[in-house]
Amino acid sequence: MLCIDKARKILNQSQVIMTTEIAGIIFMYVLTVALAIPLGRYIGRVYEGDKTWLDKILHPLDKIFFKLSGINPAKEMNWKQHLMALLTINLVWFILSMLILMNMSWLPLNPDGNPSMPADLAFNTTVSFVSNTNLQHYSGETGVSYLGQLTLMLFQFISAATGMAACVAVFMAMKERTTENLGNFYNFFVKSCTRILLPLAIVVALILAFNGTPMNFEGKAQYISMQGDTVHVSRGPAAAMIAIKQLGTNGGGYYGPNSAHPLENPNYLTNIVENISIILIPIAMVFALGYIIKRRRFAWMVFGVMTLGFFLLLFNAVYNEMHGNPMIGQMGISQPLGSMEGKEVRFGPAASAYWEVTTTVTSNGSVNAMHDSFTPLAGMSALLGMMVNSFYGGVGVGYLNFYIFIIIAVFISGLMVGRTPEFLGKKIEAKEMKIAALIALLHPLLILAGTALASYLFAHNPSAYADWLNNPGNHGFSEMLYEFTSSSANNGSGFEGLGDNTPFWNIACGTVMLLARFLPIIGPVAIAGILAKKKYIPESAGTLKTDTNTFGVMVFAVIFIVAALSFFPALTLGPIAEFFGMK
Amino acid sequence: MSVHRRKNNLFEPKQVKEAVTQSFKKLNPVIQFRNPVMFTVWIGTLVMAFVSVWIAAGETSQGSLAYNMVITAILFITLLFANFAEAIAEARGKAQADSLRKAREDTPAKKVFSVGEIYVDEIKVIPSSQLRKGDLFVCEAGDVIAMDGEIVQGIATIDESAITGESAPVIREAGGDKSSVTGGTKVLSDRIKVKVTTEPGETFLDKMIALVEGASRQKTPNEIALTILLASFTLVFVIVCVTLKPFGDYANTPITIGAFISLFVCLIPTTIGGLLSAIGIAGMDRALRANVITKSGKAVETAGDLDTILLDKTGTITIGNRRATNFWSTDGITENEFIELATWGSLADETPEGKSIVELAASKGVSKTKEAGMTFIEFTAETRSSGVNLGNGTNIRKGAFDAIRKLVEKAGNRVPEEASDRVKLIAENGGTPLVVSKNGEVKGVIELQDIVKPGIQERFERLRKMGVKTVMVTGDNPLTAKYIAEKAGVDDFIAEAKPEDKMNYIRKEQQGGKLVAMMGDGTNDAPALAQADVGVAMNSGTQAAKEAGNMVDLDNDPTKLIEIVEIGKQLLMTRGTLTTFSIANDVAKYFAIVPALFIASIPALQGLNIMGLHSPESAILSAVIFNAIIIPLLIPLALKGVAYKPIGASALLRRNLLIYGFGGVIVPFIGIKLIDLLVSNWF
Repeated sequence: MLCIDKARKILNQSQVIMTTEIAGIIFMYVLTVALAIPLGRYIGRVYEGDKTWLDKILHPLDKIFFKLSGINPAKEMNWKQHLMALLTINLVWFILSMLILMNMSWLPLNPDGNPSMPADLAFNTTVSFVSNTNLQHYSGETGVSYLGQLTLMLFQFISAATGMAACVAVFMAMKERTTENLGNFYNFFVKSCTRILLPLAIVVALILAFNGTPMNFEGKAQYISMQGDTVHVSRGPAAAMIAIKQLGTNGGGYYGPNSAHPLENPNYLTNIVENISIILIPIAMVFALGYIIKRRRFAWMVFGVMTLGFFLLLFNAVYNEMHGNPMIGQMGISQPLGSMEGKEVRFGPAASAYWEVTTTVTSNGSVNAMHDSFTPLAGMSALLGMMVNSFYGGVGVGYLNFYIFIIIAVFISGLMVGRTPEFLGKKIEAKEMKIAALIALLHPLLILAGTALASYLFAHNPSAYADWLNNPGNHGFSEMLYEFTSSSANNGSGFEGLGDNTPFWNIACGTVMLLARFLPIIGPVAIAGILAKKKYIPESAGTLKTDTNTFGVMVFAVIFIVAALSFFPALTLGPIAEFFGMK
Repeated sequence: MSVHRRKNNLFEPKQVKEAVTQSFKKLNPVIQFRNPVMFTVWIGTLVMAFVSVWIAAGETSQGSLAYNMVITAILFITLLFANFAEAIAEARGKAQADSLRKAREDTPAKKVFSVGEIYVDEIKVIPSSQLRKGDLFVCEAGDVIAMDGEIVQGIATIDESAITGESAPVIREAGGDKSSVTGGTKVLSDRIKVKVTTEPGETFLDKMIALVEGASRQKTPNEIALTILLASFTLVFVIVCVTLKPFGDYANTPITIGAFISLFVCLIPTTIGGLLSAIGIAGMDRALRANVITKSGKAVETAGDLDTILLDKTGTITIGNRRATNFWSTDGITENEFIELATWGSLADETPEGKSIVELAASKGVSKTKEAGMTFIEFTAETRSSGVNLGNGTNIRKGAFDAIRKLVEKAGNRVPEEASDRVKLIAENGGTPLVVSKNGEVKGVIELQDIVKPGIQERFERLRKMGVKTVMVTGDNPLTAKYIAEKAGVDDFIAEAKPEDKMNYIRKEQQGGKLVAMMGDGTNDAPALAQADVGVAMNSGTQAAKEAGNMVDLDNDPTKLIEIVEIGKQLLMTRGTLTTFSIANDVAKYFAIVPALFIASIPALQGLNIMGLHSPESAILSAVIFNAIIIPLLIPLALKGVAYKPIGASALLRRNLLIYGFGGVIVPFIGIKLIDLLVSNWF
């Protein structure tokens, strides 16, 4: 009797815990949207040059930047000039970062005496940070000096701001007018840093610092644990870096285990703050779009489609994680909390799954649990989120990816209603279609070709590459697929379990990141620029409206079909086969 | 609406036979290369043929010979089906064009040679094929007109049924807007001298035939954009299938070449790829069936995008012409005296309105004839009045209120209030007032009335739902125009229109980003026809008008524009919906083929076989067979076009998304399962 009572008690307790966990993630999402709406309006005002309450403090700061660089922020640029500016400054940062990472050992701010990086790792790391990916084939505590960390932190600002500035150029092009002038790239870029990323990062960093995250320039601390072991604890400017890695959908952690590390993400409160930071700006950018092009309904349509996709992935992940691992169940072990493998007890399965989905849909890539340990279908949610890469998506670039899907959806649905396709009053013709098709192709190409190359090498010489995979079979396949998907989505999270600090992975992933970063920025900006130049056609009763539910369904269908059709066989061999194998 | 419609059987045995022959001829790789989607299937078929031979030579790793040969055969049939779709559309268009061309087989022409210094005409009979642009020939009663041309002398009744299918003869005469004749039509009475206006082989009909037969068929911008999209889908699946090989290696699952090619062919959008050109040809063919000759496929597509159409009031919105209904004399003159004046003034007026005045007068017992000493003043666009100077010096003028008022005021008189009130009253009631003056004094007003065609409101309502704005063009004064515009339900009107007004209106609309169509027949319409995005010239119109427009309406039916808009929309919709259907099909095909590929090495994947297909072989064959037979099943839809419903763009999208998108996901699940039940008897 006692035994049954006890079991019932545990069951009740676990139910309470489960309800609280679900309530926790609902609270996080609602709070995020509640913050994103006013933030979106603020972002819109910043880019439009309307007055905001931060002008007084930050206007002088912007002025210093423009004065030093000799840039006139009022000078209008066309789409080609935007892209030139974007690529040029990125090239400069690329060179700068390579120099620092390969010479860290003798440069200042290196109290722990960390070594310089070899060329292939420096290439991978540089590309990774310049491209807003933050795939880390090194561990922060031992792999970089504080100067290195500060450099990478700088990139976390500027790579995010690069994406935002490109996105704003597209916003400007979507306005109801015929023009070549899409504003000034440097103006958008500097304002993204000073008016949006910096203030938010300060708030987040303060909250983290007050909850115990280190913020100093001192070397490793040392203490002797209760067992008598000597433990070295890495310190440094962690809070600042963690704030921006979350807000800028960067994801490159200060510590190797990222936000699963107790100093990087000390408690449930910091977890909420960090998790909200992941999707706050991506969602706010959508509302900023509505403000800038003065089409609120359109912004809500975009938000609706993104949210639908996000919820589907989220539901799948949370459901599977909270129901535990069937193999463990078969061993007769009860899992009242769900699958706890690879998770931090202070967050639990629901919050870990929520983080997993938010970090993969947004190209953030920070983690608070081990993605390798998720149940197969929850792992697939992460993969799918990155394969689509536009359910909210990375700051700025998420909407750019979504824009390509819109163009394709507009084209097909325009034909379906018997009219040459028009998007916001501009005709979509062969040239735009060509660019959109190429960009839509790129993502599957990079992911599948990369994974195919790795599979080929491994399958034909398993002994030479034995240390690549920690797990054989389907799971090993998922690990390789995940690495390339993460690189191509500029996400940066790892399934881990993959021995990835080898020249093959460093160079292959670096190349993928580079292509997957800049081509999908160039494409949408080019399409938007070409469309902006075209004659504006006012709406008539025959025009297909793009701010309706019906059109939203159409966009969702296009995204689903493109993602599902391109990746279905690969997913079948990875998580799906693993799922059926576990039953 | 045209009275006559040509037969519309989808599959005439003769055409089917020709199309079957063509389907084989079109297997030529040079022709296949133009369609990237089907070209990849072509290559796939070739590879499978080699694989079959390889197996026959003893290879054992690629499955049974029968299985591979069946796949080869099905792929081959897929190609033939796609070719057949294009060929049958061409055959139908050709048959249509042939029946028109029959009329223009070599006919003897009576060519006029100018001889000597005083150009005495000498007539020699030569074959029509020797006529060149600028030559003159004569036609008498019973002759078939040898070439397209313009009447330079004479008047004749002509039977145009060979072209329009309309049996009632029409009158064509030199000068004016009814001077154009078409080769192949027959002169029923009188004698005309015709100047050839086109070189042989360059008539509209020749151009149209070339267009349908594909010799000069160019892809429209829209078709190009769609081809790009389809090519990119094809490329995605190239990537998917090629990368599957190393994936299979990793998973220790050998995948046969047959399975690879089957998966690839099933995934690429063969359905739309195979039907794409048939849809385009069928669009032009539908236009031709509506008796409209289009000069390019693009014009048909543009028609679907129209925002504004300009319609002449007369004959389009109202029945025929205005007729005189009342005489209103002013003070100091009896009604009879006024009717006499009006009749004098209209004697030389050959317009239907003028004639109707004489007729109405006759019915009231007043009839006059032309007398010596009368000088008739013709209507000009400048004076906007006409009339007569009698032998005794009396001058009578008849015209629009403004024109006569100017004339009267010039003579130092004033328009009596009674007359201007009457003018206003008539205009407010939708009539047209014509004012008559005698020696510079207004004597009365003739009332002309229009009758709006029954059912025209509904047609305009339909256009409005399509998002097309209708504009009525009329020479009437603004008040009359407004009355009729309201009665007919047009959105806007141009009153007192001069030819340049049409032009200006079109330009203004185009500057606002709108696409504009107009219909016209006169030479003075030519600039506006050229300016309009879709210019439909009446076949009876002048050569200049026909040259300027991009479509020619053989029926001379001004409401034809409405049909043309629907044909254009249908064309685009058919492409869009079949693309959606084709791609939506892939979901089911994946569920058939992907488990079949891996089930041998990963038995757990049986869970993905949600259709419960019999075996890997039967699953792959069922998918490939479904993929092949869906093409001929959809040919009727491709040829007839998806029905257009004017229910608003969003509702239309919802409807088509449901039928072709959702339907496209569901149908192949059922189809593949049914085929599998059959195929499982053997594989």
